[in-house]
Amino acid sequence: MDVSIKKDLQKKACKVRMGVIESTYNAKSGHPGGSLSISDTLTYLYYNKMNVDPNDPENPDRDRLVLSKGHTAPALYAVLAQKGYFSENELKSLRHIGSMLQGHPCIHTNGIDMSSGSLGQGISAACGMALAGKIDNKSYKVYTILGDGEIQEGQVWEAAMFAAHYKLDNLVAVVDNNGLQIDGSINEVCSPEPITDKFASFGWHVITIDGHNFDDIDRAFIEADTIIDKPVVIIQKSVKGKGVSFMENQVDWHGKAPNKEQYEQAMAELNAQLKELEE
Amino acid sequence: MADVIKKATRDSYGESLRDLAEEYKNLVVLDADLAGATRTSIFKKAYPERFFDCGIAEANMMGIAAGLATCGKIPFASSFAMFAAGRAFEIVRNSIGYPHLNVKIGATHAGISVGEDGATHQCNEDIALMRTIPGMTIINPCDDVEAKAAVKAALDFEGPVYMRFGRLAVPIINDKESYKFELGKGIVMKDGNDITIVATGLMVNEALEAAKILETEGISARVVNIHTIKPLDKELICKCAKETGAIVTAEEHSIIGGLGSAVAETVTECCPVPVIKIGVNDVYGHSGSAVDLLKEFGLSAENIVNKTKEAVKLK
Repeated sequence: MDVSIKKDLQKKACKVRMGVIESTYNAKSGHPGGSLSISDTLTYLYYNKMNVDPNDPENPDRDRLVLSKGHTAPALYAVLAQKGYFSENELKSLRHIGSMLQGHPCIHTNGIDMSSGSLGQGISAACGMALAGKIDNKSYKVYTILGDGEIQEGQVWEAAMFAAHYKLDNLVAVVDNNGLQIDGSINEVCSPEPITDKFASFGWHVITIDGHNFDDIDRAFIEADTIIDKPVVIIQKSVKGKGVSFMENQVDWHGKAPNKEQYEQAMAELNAQLKELEE
Repeated sequence: MADVIKKATRDSYGESLRDLAEEYKNLVVLDADLAGATRTSIFKKAYPERFFDCGIAEANMMGIAAGLATCGKIPFASSFAMFAAGRAFEIVRNSIGYPHLNVKIGATHAGISVGEDGATHQCNEDIALMRTIPGMTIINPCDDVEAKAAVKAALDFEGPVYMRFGRLAVPIINDKESYKFELGKGIVMKDGNDITIVATGLMVNEALEAAKILETEGISARVVNIHTIKPLDKELICKCAKETGAIVTAEEHSIIGGLGSAVAETVTECCPVPVIKIGVNDVYGHSGSAVDLLKEFGLSAENIVNKTKEAVKLK
């Protein structure tokens, strides 16, 4: 991918991470770990891939995204705010009474295509959107992002079966394979592995990538566009807590907000990364 | 009585979908491997390109319906009540109810009259479950005419609707020209002054039969048909409570959380009068013919007569 575009995406992703830290710090709760692991892919999708316009969020021909792992809404909110769907000031209101930014995505928030967060449900809704596109011969694509722990939900596999059966090649799922869920590593809790083989055997086209490498991410989504008659799943190896040293690969940061000291350290680290990218 | 025409409301459901498809271009139908039984097969035969079988996966079907609705389709997600309301409850709650999507749920084989399949398939809890979902409309029609009117009304209404249909053929009682279906409005089927029998679904006919018997015994019973259980016609219920002073409710559903509960909750706030509930008494059903089971579980005109007499004494 073009070096300048890549650098721009890296900077934007860094700002998304700051939004994650800012919002969860102010909320005193939330899920920074999984938000940070999906920040690069969400940034790529909204800035370099999806046909979306903050000034026309209901356009029936737009691409759609369902954040099936809805607890990582802070990352999605940070991208949407940066894109201009709502003010970046809103991020500080996350999870507060009266805020448009609910703990998990709500369809009534500008830019949110589907309420989600009860795990396993988003992918089904995404399948329904993709099916509607097929019925109406529309060219939009539907993206959905799942956690690797989330795929323990049986409904995910009901949806996986459905998507392959109806040849939903306008559907791209991402599995954020950071290897950690609330109770520990996915392999200790109840292993969903081998994830690749499972999706392949369900009739999906499978692509595996490094979820923090924009060249990889770019190649994967371009490849996804070439696949006909099959849904595509991109399984991205990622680091939970990516970008904040003390959060990386730490299961404790699944659903815990930083305190003031941790907030300041995290922001200092992210500011340093941004500065480096801007040099 | 030999000339009474009977029809199962699941047949009315399937036929309505087919008959309305031409007018409502966005109508699509989903089923979970029960098209023959839910009668969506009638629609499938006429409009195969607008019918999508989801296989035996009701949770996913409800999510598919939600996704379709966000794109302007009007999906009718169809299965047995046990699976539509029971199995898929949380998906209906979070993926359809919470975003208030325009999904219609066609739940057939509701209640004990499923018959021989037994307790696992006799859903007596669906109204209770659906009532707890904010913004959910619940319609439980009593015959063919009302079922068809209900499907049309659901289509014309923007928002989630749960429609409850039966497997058993039931008498057509709304075949008069004057019949009018209005969402959220109860219908006074017979006037009376001593007591009101509030019935829904196939119990409406039993209530009318009971009222005839009661008349011969000197009790003037009003019969109200509540096809829309949510939102409930509170105005009519309270009016009946005030005017007749006692109520008997009759439904093919658990006495917990259904019509009886809704009526009792209402009158306690506007006009507390005795309310006796007829329904499945917090027990599981079992195998048997539908007609025998209805009798055994007290879902009969005879039981309504007895309970009505008890209720009158409480006044």
